[in-house]
Amino acid sequence: MSTVVLLACTGLGLGALYFLVASGLSLIFGLMDVLNFAHGALLSVGAYAAWWAATDGGTGFWLAVVFGTVVGTAASVLLELALIRPLYVRPRDQILATVGVGLALPALLMGVWGSDARPFPQPAALSGTVGLLGATVPVNRFVLMAAALAVLVALRLFLARTRYGLIVRAGVEDRAMVTALGIDVRRAFTLVFAIGGAAASLGGALAGLYFGSVNPSQGTGLLIFAFVVVVMGGMGSVTGAAVASVGVGLVQQFANYYTAAGLGDLSVVVLLAVLLLVKPRGLTGRLA
Amino acid sequence: MGGSAPVLRLDGLGWSVRGVPIVQDVSFEVAEGEFVAFIGPNGAGKTSLFNLVSGIHPATQGALYLDGADITALPVPARARRGLGRTFQTSSLWPGLTVAEHVRLAAQAAAGPGASYRIWRRAGGYRQQVEQTLERTGLADRADDPAGSLSHGGKRKLELAVLLVGDPRLILLDEPMAGVSAEEVPALVELIRSVHQEQGRTVLMVEHHMDVLLGLADRLAVMHHGTLLALDTPDAVMADATVQGAYLGEAL
Repeated sequence: MSTVVLLACTGLGLGALYFLVASGLSLIFGLMDVLNFAHGALLSVGAYAAWWAATDGGTGFWLAVVFGTVVGTAASVLLELALIRPLYVRPRDQILATVGVGLALPALLMGVWGSDARPFPQPAALSGTVGLLGATVPVNRFVLMAAALAVLVALRLFLARTRYGLIVRAGVEDRAMVTALGIDVRRAFTLVFAIGGAAASLGGALAGLYFGSVNPSQGTGLLIFAFVVVVMGGMGSVTGAAVASVGVGLVQQFANYYTAAGLGDLSVVVLLAVLLLVKPRGLTGRLA
Repeated sequence: MGGSAPVLRLDGLGWSVRGVPIVQDVSFEVAEGEFVAFIGPNGAGKTSLFNLVSGIHPATQGALYLDGADITALPVPARARRGLGRTFQTSSLWPGLTVAEHVRLAAQAAAGPGASYRIWRRAGGYRQQVEQTLERTGLADRADDPAGSLSHGGKRKLELAVLLVGDPRLILLDEPMAGVSAEEVPALVELIRSVHQEQGRTVLMVEHHMDVLLGLADRLAVMHHGTLLALDTPDAVMADATVQGAYLGEAL
């Protein structure tokens, strides 16, 4: 029983991380049809900024997380304005550009700080464990879950209650019609990119806590599963991404423990294939 | 058509795709409060002409004036903000959004770009405007249903609601009765009539059903092979020998 609880908590923690990356990825694709292969790099930017603040900067953990999120958000806005925006009329070049950034940024991080994993300072309050139903679970799992839950609630409120949110939801369904109404939908793009970058870089900062270290290829590794989550949840659906994240995180952890290590990743791919066979449009029925 | 300046003026307007003319040299004026219906066989260029006027396609020749101002080079949102509103031939809504959300989004758009992008203000504003429009279009009891669950007629009504909440001065309707069941047609016709006659809005409409048009239209425009063949009162157009030969004889 205690093993199951520990695996469930770890799976949910990992799922939370996937959600932080996938929610922005899903909204960005849903609204502007941009496959942002640089999204994992944004996570790494957040992770390294937080790590730098917590070590060289000497700030406390929470301030380092805020710093990482702010830097990652700024980087995503810069990415949209400088590289994505001029290429909306050339979607193939746009994808190549994001692939390029997705390769160049981790390489840059590697060049500056080396390819080895750098230990991420664990604050005393979050490095302990708690007993839950007989299991000993690291506290940081719950930090990730709480962060993902907060982002989910905030995104849902934003989408349901604000004018921007209404424009984004309509834009995800049919962008041309929003333009025909007289709304310049591109003004929402930068904001959605900023939101996606903020969630991803928050995920990056917290990934340092979860894995205990940061390394340049972390973002790219997480991005693959985030894409799986986006497809499973339905493009443009935040709630779908949340459900799929939980599913992927749990399946991965349990399969890794009860079968052979490494089979967790395979079982995620099998899960994706089965889901797409049964529901070709993903969990929410949105176009995938 | 009255003494006032024309709301809309087309001056030799045309659109070619890779050298192939789709719409050629169309010139006419529409006066404030007028109702002009566009007829013609499929492929005659009616929808293309509407796309040129609303800005979906850029004109490749000629010029277009709204209230005397040259809008030939303006993009869709700018034309919409100047009071030009249109519906589309195929139902084009956001199926996942509720009926009320559609109207609210349109109200946001109508209030101008500043209002649309004021962050963190609840979207619950515009409530009165939204309720009135839903009441007027007979959609009040479906306000919280997703648009995807409406009938064809309901969707057309919703498109009109989306269009009307912004109170555009010039309204382009592209086959508003398409796909609508026979029992839903009278309510739609009545709604269009009230917009035109009671509110005095200028309306351009593509429609195939002559019985619908004859009670509504001040003038009939006949399109054929991308050109404007005739533009006159319904009686005169029906009597016109050229029209008889080129369109009515051929298509009916």
